[in-house]
Amino acid sequence: MKNRWIALYVENQVGVLAKVSGLFSGKSYNLQSLTVGTTEDETISRMTICVTSDDITFEQIKKQLNRMVEVIKVIDLTNVPLHMKEIMFAKVLRCSTADKEEVFQIAKVFDVQVADIGKDSVLLECKLTERRINELIALLKGRFKMIEVVRGGAVAVESISTSCR
Amino acid sequence: MDITGRKLFVRALLEEGVDTIFGYPGGMVTDLMDELYKTEDIRLVLPRHEQALIHEAEGYARSTGKVGVCLVTSGPGATNTITGLADAHYDNVPLVCFTGQVPLHLIGNDAFQEVDIVGMTSSITKYGVTVRDRKDLGKIIKMAFHIARTGKPGPVLIDLPKDIQVQSGDANYPEKVNIRGYKPNDSVHVGQLKKAYKLLKSAQKPLILAGGGVNIGQAGEQLQAFVEKMKIPVVTTIMGKGAIPTNHPYYIGNSGMHGKYAANKAVAACDVLFSIGTRFNDRITGDLNEFAPNAKIVHIDIDTASISRNVVVDVPIVSDAKLALEKLLEWAEPKKTKQWMEEIHAWDVENPLEMRRDRGMTPQMIMEGINREFPDEAIFVTDVGQHQMWATQYLDFGGKKKFITSGGLGTMGFGFPAAVGAKIGNPDTPVICITGDGGFQMNMQEMATAVVEGAPVIICLLNNQYLGMVRQMQQLFYGKRYEATCLRRRTTCPPNCKGPNEACPPYVPDFMEFVKTYGAHGIRVTKEEEIAAALKEAKSYTDAPTIIEFMISSDEIVLPMVKSGNPMSEMILK
Repeated sequence: MKNRWIALYVENQVGVLAKVSGLFSGKSYNLQSLTVGTTEDETISRMTICVTSDDITFEQIKKQLNRMVEVIKVIDLTNVPLHMKEIMFAKVLRCSTADKEEVFQIAKVFDVQVADIGKDSVLLECKLTERRINELIALLKGRFKMIEVVRGGAVAVESISTSCR
Repeated sequence: MDITGRKLFVRALLEEGVDTIFGYPGGMVTDLMDELYKTEDIRLVLPRHEQALIHEAEGYARSTGKVGVCLVTSGPGATNTITGLADAHYDNVPLVCFTGQVPLHLIGNDAFQEVDIVGMTSSITKYGVTVRDRKDLGKIIKMAFHIARTGKPGPVLIDLPKDIQVQSGDANYPEKVNIRGYKPNDSVHVGQLKKAYKLLKSAQKPLILAGGGVNIGQAGEQLQAFVEKMKIPVVTTIMGKGAIPTNHPYYIGNSGMHGKYAANKAVAACDVLFSIGTRFNDRITGDLNEFAPNAKIVHIDIDTASISRNVVVDVPIVSDAKLALEKLLEWAEPKKTKQWMEEIHAWDVENPLEMRRDRGMTPQMIMEGINREFPDEAIFVTDVGQHQMWATQYLDFGGKKKFITSGGLGTMGFGFPAAVGAKIGNPDTPVICITGDGGFQMNMQEMATAVVEGAPVIICLLNNQYLGMVRQMQQLFYGKRYEATCLRRRTTCPPNCKGPNEACPPYVPDFMEFVKTYGAHGIRVTKEEEIAAALKEAKSYTDAPTIIEFMISSDEIVLPMVKSGNPMSEMILK
């Protein structure tokens, strides 16, 4: 069992997202994250899907996606050079002044922006790889009393000459 | 000039060559029905329930090769077709099912008879869509017929809001359609096929497993030629039954849960299993770890997703059955299989399918009688249960005979309406429905449809007064605790009944009285001597359907049997 990624080109129509996600629940595939947005052609959407599965199940997932009429193309991103990033908002709540200082330092180290601030809270806006985001969440959880996290799921695009995942 | 959606609907059906549709009216399809009233080129069959309606369309499609067309209203009309959609999806039956829908502006309002039928059926249709713009109507209908009948066939659902039906728009029905996400495979990888052929050529104990794909792809002739040229034995799945004549010297029988002893032994012993058009369903494989343990497996299937899903195969080939077999025929050379065939025949002698004559009228005798009375062209349709297994075990196939059964979904209630649909599509061919007393009662209201539509099918109803297939499991694996399987049971019966006895209440319904209310015919058979005469009499009635009610013993069980999940080598034989 390991994480694998798929880029999926689909018709940008009502119900297609439900049909794709329904396949995962109906066949008991383990969906980790799914992001979707339109492409340069507004009739086509591109999904970035992360699943946890063994080799045989993953082959089956790709085949099942491929046989959907609404699916235009399935690309296996698992072993492809990529640029892959995830967006996250992390709100640190109930901060003391010292806590705030520490949040600013963490923001510097992780190279993320402070997007908003209040009397006792700070909002970080992050665009990092999935691994860095996991690390950042672990760090914030360990240091502060209360945090609120909103993750966007990974988006990925194939590399031109460099890669980052 | 612009026309209304309802006019385009009828134009599209005519362009697609549709001459018969199965429809049930309701608030959201009255406009379409009104338009059909004005055309004489399309026959509208009115069943008595939408579930039966879609099974009738399935029977029609499977027996004629045409696309079955359904028209039902929104809400309950649509939800009643769900079982049939799932059945057609499993057994790859080309259907286009139009469901009425509330007007676009009411969708989402919990309007009267509104359901999200496209959402509900997305996992049991090949494609489903709500028409949201009148300008897309022609294109969507064209897509639907194309998707339903090409590649691996299946049901397509078009949800048609009422306002789209009356709105004016483009009058054209497109001649072609290009779907960028749907490109059914129409070639075969010759390199892979050659690899498969070499493997087959090198085998000492080769075996062909033919599934429903051979029948759907109409590749029976090619299969037979290939088998004869290479001298390789064949087993079939239930859906593959008839792919090769059952009296063919190289045909062994069905494999699987209720397969023939020799067929399952051959699968276990073969060193190359050359499979065509099967999805290796659990009813065929049993315990996967012990399925064909000595064999390298070749798998030809039109659906990539069927390959290496249940059984990991050595040579996968994505192709239509006929295309692959035609190519294989170019290379085929005889193999030395005499010894292997003798080994298989020895198993057959050791444990043949039994034909007992020592205990009154048995199901086997009934099948034998049917074989004798219908030697040539006929369409056999079954329901689901013990009678279905007896039919697959004992009926003879070959030539112009066709076999229609609910294989994948195993839908009780399928048989009778599917037979009526088959008769409507084939008025000059005898259609024999083999059914049980349980399954027949699930859709017996269709006697009305059969009578009024002039579909004189012959219903061979094997009445054991039980839901026999489940009773058989209770008898073998649940200490004869016959919970909820006795169809005579009443509230007055003792709680721990161990089987039929003289105090049992009478059976409900009396099928001989039932047929009278519809003006149909009924013959009750209790002794084996009456079988042939009853079938002859039924053949003589061409004005209305006939029920031949065969009163069989409740104790009859289907053998051999492999318990679900067990290896196929562990067959219960006695």
